Amino acid sequence: MQNLKKWKELEDAGNILDKGNNEENDVSGWRSFRPIHIREKCIDCMICWSVCPDNAVISGDGKFIKFDYTKCKGCLICLNECPVNAIRSEKEK
Amino acid sequence: MIKRVITGNEAVAYAMKQIDPEVVAAYPITPQTQIIEKYAEYYAKGEVSGELIDVESEHSAMSAVVGAAGAGVRAMTATSSQGLALMLEIVYIAAAMRLPILMPVVNRALSGPINIHCDHSDTMMAANSGWLQFYSENNQDVYDNCFIALKVAERVNLPVMVCQDGFITSHSIEDISLYKDNVIKKFIGEYKPKYNLLKKEITMGPFDMFDYYFEHKRKQAQAMFDSVKVIESTFKEFSLISGRRYDFFEEYKLKDAEKVIVMIGSTYGSARDVVDSLRNNGELVGILGIRVFRPFNFKLLKKKLEKIRNIAVMERYDPLSGFGGILFNEIRSSLSRNDIVEYIYGLGGRDVDDSQILKVFKEMNNGKELIRYVGVRE
Repeated sequence: MQNLKKWKELEDAGNILDKGNNEENDVSGWRSFRPIHIREKCIDCMICWSVCPDNAVISGDGKFIKFDYTKCKGCLICLNECPVNAIRSEKEK
Repeated sequence: MIKRVITGNEAVAYAMKQIDPEVVAAYPITPQTQIIEKYAEYYAKGEVSGELIDVESEHSAMSAVVGAAGAGVRAMTATSSQGLALMLEIVYIAAAMRLPILMPVVNRALSGPINIHCDHSDTMMAANSGWLQFYSENNQDVYDNCFIALKVAERVNLPVMVCQDGFITSHSIEDISLYKDNVIKKFIGEYKPKYNLLKKEITMGPFDMFDYYFEHKRKQAQAMFDSVKVIESTFKEFSLISGRRYDFFEEYKLKDAEKVIVMIGSTYGSARDVVDSLRNNGELVGILGIRVFRPFNFKLLKKKLEKIRNIAVMERYDPLSGFGGILFNEIRSSLSRNDIVEYIYGLGGRDVDDSQILKVFKEMNNGKELIRYVGVRE
């Protein structure tokens, strides 16, 4: 709860004028389950990267690198869509 | 100005035609139906340029209008009673999204028992929805209110209801003066939305948690406070084209009055006759009619009524609260007085004749009951 704006500083109706502003948010607290990547099974098809609604899959050179757990809210769409079961889930404690 | 003899509903449809909004989405409901019928006739004849969307319910009507207004165009709907109740979820959202939608409402009693005639239970249900509310005494009023209300709404980015009494004015023929199209066009001007979904990718109506909901509500509340000044100046501008100088409250022989009734809507007309006849007998009586109920200009109200000895509020709906209605409470608290009495009257279209108003003037300073009824069979 840092740097919260005062009411006079806000846009009318809470309108959000810029795109991609989820960069600012840490949603890790929303997660009930955490996706975990299994390197040995992964074929780097990057389907998880394309289906992730919050850009929480970090890629490089066309390969899976890691999950960004500050942006992952634990929807597990990646786990559902992975064709080779290279993502498992673990309950958050 | 053009003189015409038309109903209140036709006056509203004609105002809509002159405003020519890009989108009208509506569902017919008695007694609003004629507005949409007449507007559909204009649409069929190609006399209006906007889209008319026939939706499947009032919930959809308000939703379509919210979408259109979000896309930066003038958008309107019209409704009554159960229609307003059904759309109420989106009514609140339209206000919170700060969309300047104009919605004529033809006042009709809420069910149950089911009834199609006039009282104010529908718009009083929405009195705290964040919409501006203008009420009308007669056909000229409702026609004029449409333009003033639209201009105010677009200046403060809040939606507005223009209310008239179902059947009493909506279906009654009166002579009114219509303005020429170019006069109205110039008065309302071109609509320049503050936000527009189609111009830039923005997000409207996002989710708020405990960290921002309160601040966004605070900002919405400020728009309502600030609208008072805007309404004042818009009334002034409107008087230049109409010659009619409106105000938040309409008063009749208030200056030296000792007994005053406060009321909303068409009864104000009959009450003036009663005031005249009582004054002929030397009784110092007067009337205050409410034109703008939201925002509630409590400072002006206090100025107008603080010297009045006896005040009664006539309220055309039953709040079923164990106490008085919203108007009664606003008047009481604006004046910090507990000797004001409430008369609930005219429910479900019950005819309000002079004898009822006369009774209120005669009895308002007698008795201890705060909440009273007039016109009901005892």
